[in-house]
Amino acid sequence: MTRGGAALGACAALYAAAAGAAPAQTALDPAGPQAAHIHTLWHLMLWMCTIVFVLVVAAAWLAVLRRRRQALETPQLHESPAQSRRLTRVVATAVAVSGFGLIVLVVASVATDRVLARMPHDEALHIELTGHQWWWEAVYDNADPSKVFSTANELHIPVGRPVIFTLKSNDVIHSLWVPNLHGKKDLIPGRVATAEMRADQPGIYRGQCAEFCGYQHAWMGLLVVADPPDRYTAWEDQQRKPGAEPSDPQAVAGRAVFESTTCAMCHTIEGTLANAKAGPDLTHIASRMTIGSVALDNTPSNRAAWIADPQQFKPGSNMPAHNLPPETLGPLLHYLDTLQ
Amino acid sequence: MNARRAIACACATALVALLPACERERRDFHQPPSASTVVKSLRMSEITPGGGDAPPQAANPLEENAYAVSEGKRLFSWYNCNGCHADGGGGSGPALMDDVWIYGSAPANVFATIVQGRPNGMPSFGGRIPENQVWQLVAYVRSLSGQVSKNTAPSRNDALMTKPAENRMDKATPVQATPSSASEHP
Amino acid sequence: MTARAIGEADGAFERPGDERDSAEIPRERGGIMGFLTTVDHKRIGVRFIVTAFVLFLFAGVLAALMRLQLAVPENNLIGPDRYNQIFTMHGTTMMFLFAVPIMEAMALYFVPLMVGTRNIAFPRMNAYAFWVYLFGGVMIYTAFILDVGPDAGWFSYVPLAGPEYGVGKRSDFWAQLITFTEVSGLLVAVSVITTVFKQRAPGMTIERIPLFVWAMLATMFMILFAMPAVMVGSTSLILDRLVGTHFFNPAEGGDALLWQHLFWFFGHPEVYMIFVPGLGIVSAIVPVFARRKQFGYPAMVVSLIATAFLSFGLWVHHMFATAIPDMGKGFFTAASMVIAVPTAVQLFCWIATLWTGRPALRVPLWYILGFFFILVLGGLTGLMLASVPLDLQIHDTFFVVAHLHYVLIGGAVFPLFGGFYYWFPKFTGRMLSERLGLWNFWLFFIGFNVAFFPMHILGLEGMPRRVYTYSAAMGWGTLNLISTLGAVTIVISVALFLVNVARSLRSGAPAGANPWDADTLEWRLPSPPAPGNTQGIPVVNSRTPLWDDGIVGEVRGLASSPPEVLVTSGLDAHPDHRMAFPTPTIWPLVAAIATTALFIGSIFTPWAVVWGAIPVTIAMIAWFWPSHAETRRHRALEKPPFAEIAKARGEERTA
Repeated sequence: MTRGGAALGACAALYAAAAGAAPAQTALDPAGPQAAHIHTLWHLMLWMCTIVFVLVVAAAWLAVLRRRRQALETPQLHESPAQSRRLTRVVATAVAVSGFGLIVLVVASVATDRVLARMPHDEALHIELTGHQWWWEAVYDNADPSKVFSTANELHIPVGRPVIFTLKSNDVIHSLWVPNLHGKKDLIPGRVATAEMRADQPGIYRGQCAEFCGYQHAWMGLLVVADPPDRYTAWEDQQRKPGAEPSDPQAVAGRAVFESTTCAMCHTIEGTLANAKAGPDLTHIASRMTIGSVALDNTPSNRAAWIADPQQFKPGSNMPAHNLPPETLGPLLHYLDTLQ
Repeated sequence: MNARRAIACACATALVALLPACERERRDFHQPPSASTVVKSLRMSEITPGGGDAPPQAANPLEENAYAVSEGKRLFSWYNCNGCHADGGGGSGPALMDDVWIYGSAPANVFATIVQGRPNGMPSFGGRIPENQVWQLVAYVRSLSGQVSKNTAPSRNDALMTKPAENRMDKATPVQATPSSASEHP
Repeated sequence: MTARAIGEADGAFERPGDERDSAEIPRERGGIMGFLTTVDHKRIGVRFIVTAFVLFLFAGVLAALMRLQLAVPENNLIGPDRYNQIFTMHGTTMMFLFAVPIMEAMALYFVPLMVGTRNIAFPRMNAYAFWVYLFGGVMIYTAFILDVGPDAGWFSYVPLAGPEYGVGKRSDFWAQLITFTEVSGLLVAVSVITTVFKQRAPGMTIERIPLFVWAMLATMFMILFAMPAVMVGSTSLILDRLVGTHFFNPAEGGDALLWQHLFWFFGHPEVYMIFVPGLGIVSAIVPVFARRKQFGYPAMVVSLIATAFLSFGLWVHHMFATAIPDMGKGFFTAASMVIAVPTAVQLFCWIATLWTGRPALRVPLWYILGFFFILVLGGLTGLMLASVPLDLQIHDTFFVVAHLHYVLIGGAVFPLFGGFYYWFPKFTGRMLSERLGLWNFWLFFIGFNVAFFPMHILGLEGMPRRVYTYSAAMGWGTLNLISTLGAVTIVISVALFLVNVARSLRSGAPAGANPWDADTLEWRLPSPPAPGNTQGIPVVNSRTPLWDDGIVGEVRGLASSPPEVLVTSGLDAHPDHRMAFPTPTIWPLVAAIATTALFIGSIFTPWAVVWGAIPVTIAMIAWFWPSHAETRRHRALEKPPFAEIAKARGEERTA
């Protein structure tokens, strides 16, 4: 394991500790310009709507309560022209004020839309995100094909640089939503969508699939980790490397288990014989904070339990249970632990 | 009253008619993981030495379950069965959607074929695919030639249409092929 | 009380020597056959209401289960598969089997009474519509019990509900339920529209139609134009799943978004089909309890029509997160904001009416106060959802769950309960308990706000919809628990309502014809009205005929066997002709059974459409086959009306 890898591992552990406190997944705490503009719009609408609500409900309840009678009195059949005119004026004014308020809201909404559509794209990072039932596949694009790498469920992005997502779906409709950074965008099979975000503060931002996609829609989360530029570059370099060469006999045995049993039928570890694309890329699994698409913290015991029976955590997910005896499971876990 | 009894009868009939739905629609997520087992009592024909009845074949518990068959369909492409068998039409491997079966069409036979591998290129997947997933694949492979009930078989893919959907295949009567004649089939 | 004696016929409508003036209004057959063959709009309306309410209770139980599962994080009360079925059934039941049918049922019951006619148009078709609706509901709940209930959401997006990912027959049952409910809804809409245009009391010109009837008319037109879209969608879905067509298959030229367009083109008007009748009920209650005429009648009518019309231009606001061009989305933002204007007009007119009246606070008016609070809040969160950028944050989160319940429960269910308290005496002849009613209202109001207000915050805090559980680390547990407590309160409130109904049916205070001293025509009839409603058709000259001596005459002479109805002209309600209406018959039930067999069979095989059409055809032929006896009775009524003319021509004519 390289020193950079060890450093990253330590950072991951630190982040995991920080994330043990409520991870950020809220639209009310923007960490980037898109979410911030929407937050401003939210405040405007909240205040205007609250004022309207209080006025209208007060008028309605007051209208009933202030002149109420016990009995059902004789109905008043005739309205004096003066009263009729007065009421007409009042109602018309109220409608006009409402209409004006609506125009303000429409203008504010369109203005926010325009700002969001005109965000700068200089030095943008390009990520191709594919939604699967029930995990996220991310391919970091690069003009140089040898620098393209693939990961899953945990995305690191550099602070201050725009990130442009190309969104595709492998099966059903999913929706990318990282509320601290931006609103949602649907991943629709047969269509390619684009979303852009930028994190202006470092932190871990949790996202979740926001379009009902089947049994495990509830546990299809993702983490977007905004790193300062140098830490991001270190992470990127590490991700581009193939899976760590096993250095001790147990790890060698573990790699052999991975390549010769069910694991290789679905997963990839770059640099080994396992190259299947059906499940998440595990090349740097030990460097991630969570497993199971942010369902569990990435600890050795959780990994063992997950491999033994993922269905106990995510019933209906596509990974089967495995009955590996301890002499097989032990080396496998040890090997996975080395994959920083 | 007569009408009440008639309504009760109608309801009972409807429920009985609909009970097969229970088996078809079950979603069993927790499958007990088990090591690959050697399939006992696997036979290729009705002839047995010493006379007597041929031993019964192991049945596929999953063939009545629509979820299992659709999982088999997913695994067929995930595990790259279509690399050799295409979508059932065959390529370097034999066609799976016709009526010719080289190593037997009964569920136990297909199970053994997948787990043990076969000459001329069929890999052995024993130890690589969990047993219940093999049974799901068995159910799906049989649905390719219409052996599975139309209500249970999967429908068309959300993909380019390369063949009729499995639930529109007419049930083909399996025909045994000899290995030599099989090598002439693609 | 201002009970008025019905004015004497002024002679202009009575023909000399007329012996058709039957002293009896049509009788109903008793027993099981009477039950199965009735074509009386009131009996069918009550059946619709009771069935829809029972389904409302079922869906409420499902909601309670959901809230129990979500009360604590990482709960294992209900697994993901069952939870998906539960929220799908909850939404499907509420939207397709409760909300629209119960509003149609209120129209079925009250529109003929309010326009002063004897029965709804096309009575047998109405009976058929009820049976189809009932059998559809039975089908989907049987499917749910047998683990083949739909599990892809009430909106059933493809590809999740499509042939590859929608495993088994679950989504097929959903799609076929749509067919049942849309057939039923369309037929009732046709009946109500025809009744409103052609069977009004003479003198009830277009400006004298009660606002409740206007609201129902607008709703029925929305049904006519919106429901075909979802039928096209659900039929395409069944075809894709059963037969392998490619409507929603992008690889073969179809489009997953096509489903969303088809569904939401219906789906948005659908919520207005639920909301607009609620507005009609409010317009029925407010004047009566404010003790003055509704202010701004023309503006109210135009607002209802504008709301119905505009509701067809909003559907893309359900799809703002998809890759539709931004300029297109902007149009739908503007439209979604504009539709607030007619609703605002109505709200202000009601406030004006109440402000200048002398309100008597009874339970129906309390429900209207609840309506003001809840609906206005929901409408304002709707404006937030109308804005594209803000919607991108709150779409598909619990914020939307909160919004939709605020507008639907506030805008439709609260008025509906107010309407139950208001019209219960008319249905049954007894009053509901005012004390229990107040408990019912306050528990419902408080419970509702406790249950649903926290969901706004949960949505903003990142909790998506349609999740069977959530991580304990998210910090959502407290608000979810509070919400569940509110849901429990709602359950208690509805239970109190049922207790109130049960006790009042047995021992409630007897109500006369008009216990509220209300203004519309249904209150002139006994409580409950007799079959055939009325012997003579009132002639009116006012919008509030029971308040200002607005009944100036009566049209007599309609026969009761066959039951005759007075058909009047569309705009000015001039009497036009008498029409003999159909008698009770078993054939609508038989046709509905045959239709049900066809629909359910076509879930399993396309051949069911072919073979199933045969019994349907036979039943329809038997239904429409003219009966010699009936024709003879019609002919017997056709005596030459102008004996004077015949005499003037110097002829003796025989029948």
